[in-house]
Amino acid sequence: MSGREARLTQNPLQKIWVPNVTSRLLRRRGSSVPQFTNSPTMIVLVGLPARGKTYISKKLTRYLNWIGVPTRGIHHACAISALRDVCSYFNRQEGQVAVFDATNTTQERREVILSFAKENGYKVFFVESICEDPQIIAENIKQVKLSSPDYVDCDKEEAVADFLKRIECYKLSYTPLDDDRDRNLSYIKIFNVGSRYLVNRVQDHIQSRIVYYLMNIHVTPRSIYLSRHGESELNLLGRIGGDSGLSPRGAGFASALCTYMRDQNISDLKVWTSHMKRTIQTAEALGVPYEQWKALNEIDAGVCEDMTYEEIQEHYPEEFALRDQDKYRYRYPKGESYEDLVQRLEPVIMELERQENVLVICHQAVMRCLLAYFLDKSASELPYLKCPLHTVLKLTPVAYGCKVESLFLNIEAVNTHRDRPENVEVDRDPEEALETVPDHI
Amino acid sequence: MYGCPRRLCMTNCPTLIVTVGLPARGKTYISKKLTRYLNWIGVPTREFNVGQYRRDYMKIYKSFEFFRPDNEEGLKIRQHCASAALNDVRQYLSDEGGQVAVFDATNTTRERRMTIFQFAKQNGFKVFFVESVCEDPHVIQENIVQVKLGSPDYTNCNTEEAVSDFMKRIQCYENSYQTLDEVLDRDLSYIKIMDVGRRYLVNRVLDHIQSRIVYYLMNIHITPRSIYLCRHGESELNIKGRIGGDSGLSARGKEFAKLLSQFIAAQGISDLKVWTSQMKRTIQTAEALDVPYEQWKVLNEIDAGVCEEMMYEEIQESHPLEFALRDQDKYRYRYPKGESYEDLVQRLEPAIMELERQENVLVICHQAVMRCLLAYFLDKTAEELPYLKCPLHTVLKLTPVAYGCKVESICLSAEAVNTHRERPENVEVSRRSKEALLTVPAHQ
Repeated sequence: MSGREARLTQNPLQKIWVPNVTSRLLRRRGSSVPQFTNSPTMIVLVGLPARGKTYISKKLTRYLNWIGVPTRGIHHACAISALRDVCSYFNRQEGQVAVFDATNTTQERREVILSFAKENGYKVFFVESICEDPQIIAENIKQVKLSSPDYVDCDKEEAVADFLKRIECYKLSYTPLDDDRDRNLSYIKIFNVGSRYLVNRVQDHIQSRIVYYLMNIHVTPRSIYLSRHGESELNLLGRIGGDSGLSPRGAGFASALCTYMRDQNISDLKVWTSHMKRTIQTAEALGVPYEQWKALNEIDAGVCEDMTYEEIQEHYPEEFALRDQDKYRYRYPKGESYEDLVQRLEPVIMELERQENVLVICHQAVMRCLLAYFLDKSASELPYLKCPLHTVLKLTPVAYGCKVESLFLNIEAVNTHRDRPENVEVDRDPEEALETVPDHI
Repeated sequence: MYGCPRRLCMTNCPTLIVTVGLPARGKTYISKKLTRYLNWIGVPTREFNVGQYRRDYMKIYKSFEFFRPDNEEGLKIRQHCASAALNDVRQYLSDEGGQVAVFDATNTTRERRMTIFQFAKQNGFKVFFVESVCEDPHVIQENIVQVKLGSPDYTNCNTEEAVSDFMKRIQCYENSYQTLDEVLDRDLSYIKIMDVGRRYLVNRVLDHIQSRIVYYLMNIHITPRSIYLCRHGESELNIKGRIGGDSGLSARGKEFAKLLSQFIAAQGISDLKVWTSQMKRTIQTAEALDVPYEQWKVLNEIDAGVCEEMMYEEIQESHPLEFALRDQDKYRYRYPKGESYEDLVQRLEPAIMELERQENVLVICHQAVMRCLLAYFLDKTAEELPYLKCPLHTVLKLTPVAYGCKVESICLSAEAVNTHRERPENVEVSRRSKEALLTVPAHQ
């Protein structure tokens, strides 16, 4: 077979090289992230009520979507409706993973799901949560069940008792996954909120990632503090990127941050920074040990590093327009995209899941990516999340989501947030492009 | 100064990994592989194989009788060897800056494991057990053939004798074997690997390093396969002696791509995965293969920052200090606004993890990237890594065998510029240009 000598073109948005002849090969090549799944996967939750299935489903869905695997949670009491939903989701070719959150406690129910999956060529991965610790179950019920409409006018203790009775009903017909009978299925059993796991027949990359993720999450109460470095010299000049030091106001913020964190009175706080001067200078003011992560470095703006938006418009007007067209996927020439940043930050997120109280001192684009993970923001929202200087975001997991407290530490700083302008066409006037550029020196 | 170490602090106290399992269950395979992986990602790790201590002590192996549970003399010697090994573990972790020690022995009784656990506790080490359980006779047989027959213990035996003796050796352990128990051992941290990875039981993972170890162990397999590593075909910038950049293939580079295509076809591999970076030259090379391929940004060449697209002569002229620093410690040296080999390894870790999961893969990458990947497979140190020879137009076929990797080097065409710059003699900042440029390979 003689090889083809293809001409390559670089797609202007993502800077991905693709052959410019129509390919007769089936697999898409133009992705900026390797595609690891061939067949769609159904993740099926198994377990009695109040075992954390919905917590796991929502968290897993959020994680998979964030790393770029289109995932949807399917919630239907009726199995038939649920499976129909799954079918249409996969058929529209949007989704790669469907998370079926229900008790699925009987073998019969699971058989139905398995046959359905087999008929349609979907992979199935079971996630079973097993817990007999009454304290955990009671806490669970209090956190997420009592707010349900079912218990709106009930006394707390009565509601808990009632819910426990509900669980008893399920127990009668509950058949856990059996290590012998179900030995050919792919699954993970989670015991007592993660003190033990049984993992059986992991089939592929995505299942391996799911297992790794599930084994790293925990439910111990804690808070994650996200903040940018103090205002930098380049910030004042309206320049992006670079590796400048703090401005006087930035140094003031660092002190204020120190005071704030001391007042928070956290035992065993971990502090993380990037490898860039401005985050390290900020951390130094705290007077506590900190760790530097290269992965937390600001997005690499490639040829646009150290430029003002006005200069970018002057030298690279087309790039500037493309970025406004799709800020998430746009990759700076010789630089990165938000999409690249998410891939780079995944180990940071994984470690944040493992840890308890952490303060992350990072950068605007990086903070947007991390925030999008915790607050389940879409790829289109992510690059426009507001992460102003000198403002600490305190994230505390609660119920199925995250409580956010935003605290501006009262030290003035330049605004670095540029909203999407109205006109994103390549042929727009410079004024239209620069409409939303924030003020600077 | 706080926060000096660049990489994430994996663990506060050193970790002792303790293998558990009958003979021929892959304990040494796992120990060596895990040690190699941890060292590669920057966690100083060493394995301590008690069997090796026994061989060093005994000099001559007579027969399985040595391992009989009623052989008091044998028991005493084995006990002595285990203690000697633990002593070395203590020295490595407490005095020599080691972070992880892998204690490779059968450790099949609860009593023995308790002794080790106490030892670790006394010394402030965390303990993580790795048990391998397997009853598949095919796997055990293959194991014996691959690594036992060639053991020093059996140099003077024929195959049948060796296999028979070894099977009896296994029997010596079977009666007293106490597998890690879900109830009795519920407070220990461990992973139990069953049937070569079909099933895992993971208990009480305590920290980051244990979590990474579990993830790694759950991704490795022993299915025979080969990994092909090569660079892109010669590029336009290669010819000019310029580093980095994103240029296309030269005419000779395109020739190589065709030859690579023929070579791969001739290898007749079922289900070959092909990976490239996101740089033009690797993609052009892959295109010639006419098969689907995946582009990984993590496989991009090392970022030379301000030195991108320069010739070494130009770097010497404009950044002589940087050039010297790089020669002083090529692994840790980071280009201004660029990367170091150390950064590259962190970046490549997901690629290594996926290579472990996969079977037959061809990776078309770049010089520095290929050096990092090769160092992982061939267990090269940080000092050796940046000087590994990865010439253009040469495919390295890596095939796991026994405890290591067989390497076949296939040069598909002699026609390509040399891009390998050796470490010059004088690495001092004060050196003259001529001394700095002594080892620069010829170019246009």
